[in-house]
Amino acid sequence: MENSASYKIYFVNDSAAAIDFGNVIDKDINAKAIALFNYLTQHPIEGMIEAIPAYSSVSVHFDIPALRKRIPSHKKAYEWIQNKLNQVMLNEFTGLETIPDLVRIPVCYDDEFAIDLPWIAAQKNLTREEVVHLHTSRQYRVYMLGFLPGFSYMGEVDEKIIVRRKPEPQQILAGSVGIAGKQTGIYPLNSPGGWQIIGRTPLKMFNKDNIEPCLLKAGDAVEFYSITSEEFDYIQKNSPLLQERVRGEV
Amino acid sequence: MSLKIIKAGVLDTIQDPGRYGFQYLGINPGGAMDRFAAQVVNILTGNESSEPVIELHFPSSIFLFEQETMIAVGGADFSATIDGEDIPLWQPVIIAKNSILQFEKWKKGARCYLAIKEKLDIPKWLGSYSTNVKAASGGFNGRALQKNDTISFKEKNDYKCFLRDKDFVILPWKADILWKETPIDRIAIVPGNEWELLTKESRKKIFKDFFVIGSLADRMGYRLQGTLTAKPNCELVSSIVSFGTIQLLPNGELIILMADHQTAGGYPRIAYVASAHLPLLAQKQPGDKIQFRFTDQEHAEELLFLQHQHLLQLQNACKFRLEEFFQ
Repeated sequence: MENSASYKIYFVNDSAAAIDFGNVIDKDINAKAIALFNYLTQHPIEGMIEAIPAYSSVSVHFDIPALRKRIPSHKKAYEWIQNKLNQVMLNEFTGLETIPDLVRIPVCYDDEFAIDLPWIAAQKNLTREEVVHLHTSRQYRVYMLGFLPGFSYMGEVDEKIIVRRKPEPQQILAGSVGIAGKQTGIYPLNSPGGWQIIGRTPLKMFNKDNIEPCLLKAGDAVEFYSITSEEFDYIQKNSPLLQERVRGEV
Repeated sequence: MSLKIIKAGVLDTIQDPGRYGFQYLGINPGGAMDRFAAQVVNILTGNESSEPVIELHFPSSIFLFEQETMIAVGGADFSATIDGEDIPLWQPVIIAKNSILQFEKWKKGARCYLAIKEKLDIPKWLGSYSTNVKAASGGFNGRALQKNDTISFKEKNDYKCFLRDKDFVILPWKADILWKETPIDRIAIVPGNEWELLTKESRKKIFKDFFVIGSLADRMGYRLQGTLTAKPNCELVSSIVSFGTIQLLPNGELIILMADHQTAGGYPRIAYVASAHLPLLAQKQPGDKIQFRFTDQEHAEELLFLQHQHLLQLQNACKFRLEEFFQ
């Protein structure tokens, strides 16, 4: 990937800096952020604790006292970090994009789970079936994980079903599939949340005992398909860790 | 069996310096709210400063020690007692088998830390001992301590020659922690990436006003009542936030993200707290007043570095005292 996009470096706190490609939701820019994240993970900078990718930025966290021991004593760590990150950005991150898996996720859109589906249908002058059809008929990109362990920020939904967040967060159950603006996502745990809920998956999106505790990773592609409540119960009981994953097949 | 909870507190969890390396999955670092106190109590007992400790809120648990143990308590002052007798903060104490540690009365602060020289024997989750209550993972069974929980220790030590049949012995070294007795703490903050989204007036106001910590103040974050305003149309895509990020909510309130913060957020990040001042903030509770003072990246880093040096000095001094005492 050619490193042509402009970026900005700023500090998130006194131990972390962000490399920011702009305040946008864009597939190419997100792919660049993930490639940079992969580069930093493979070639960690001195004193680095971790790197974290978001929609259009990557932040890099440091152990400042450990770093100060390793750099010239007259230098401040923040100056050193700024220079170092600018040097990193001279690289071309070719071949470092995450190879996306295609993950198919079953969702039951029945009333008992889809608490906000009637409201969305009414708002948008659609039938429930049309809303479900629109949600299941395209492929989404996982732009980032955040908010909760394994919570996936995916986009973008059909413009006919773009809806605003709820004014006040409500208690949402694990597995709930929601829409907020152009984004769609799955709540991996019970949590307060403001997204409009249109269904629920019986899959465990987060499993603390797995080596890879989250079902999805940033860069993956996701397709939803509709299941009945009987199928929901069956999967939840028998195979909540079921994965329909096609490696590198998008 | 070494430590038994005979009465549960309101929210007592095992914490360490935090869980790093998994925020890319949305798994937040958590860890002790007052990292400074957590390190000091460990250092006092001769432990590594990163050893897991028990973080206590008031009302706190009542603990029964089923073996001879060396402990240190520090942070908030909840009037710690062993078998009904006061023990000091910031000073190691050797306690006899079957002693009861309890916290009788709230005096000041919000979070008290209990370090145990014999070390809690619990498994790590993703590289850390910290309890992540939301993910029901880490710490002791992924949750706050409850009545009848028993936690084993990794070590057993014989302190009989020091105890000589007494319930406890206070060891003769302590950490000089200056609890600044000022009525209002001035927390150093550095303008963040979205600082310019505050109106000009609000950028002055933030350093003049007092801010009251609202009723929504927990391990995730503190809401501050206030009337700052942002310029219109400043919606952001979700980007990275951290312990100490100060976000401006649409209603003019501020929220300071604390140890159990989310990994990403969409509100303007107008500033961040110098991390050396996070321990001060971690001891605040609803109703407390704070003020902000301006600092920059360079000075925030220096404060952090000085705090680290201070802890290293304390560690060396305590090691020396321990060797001397036990030889």
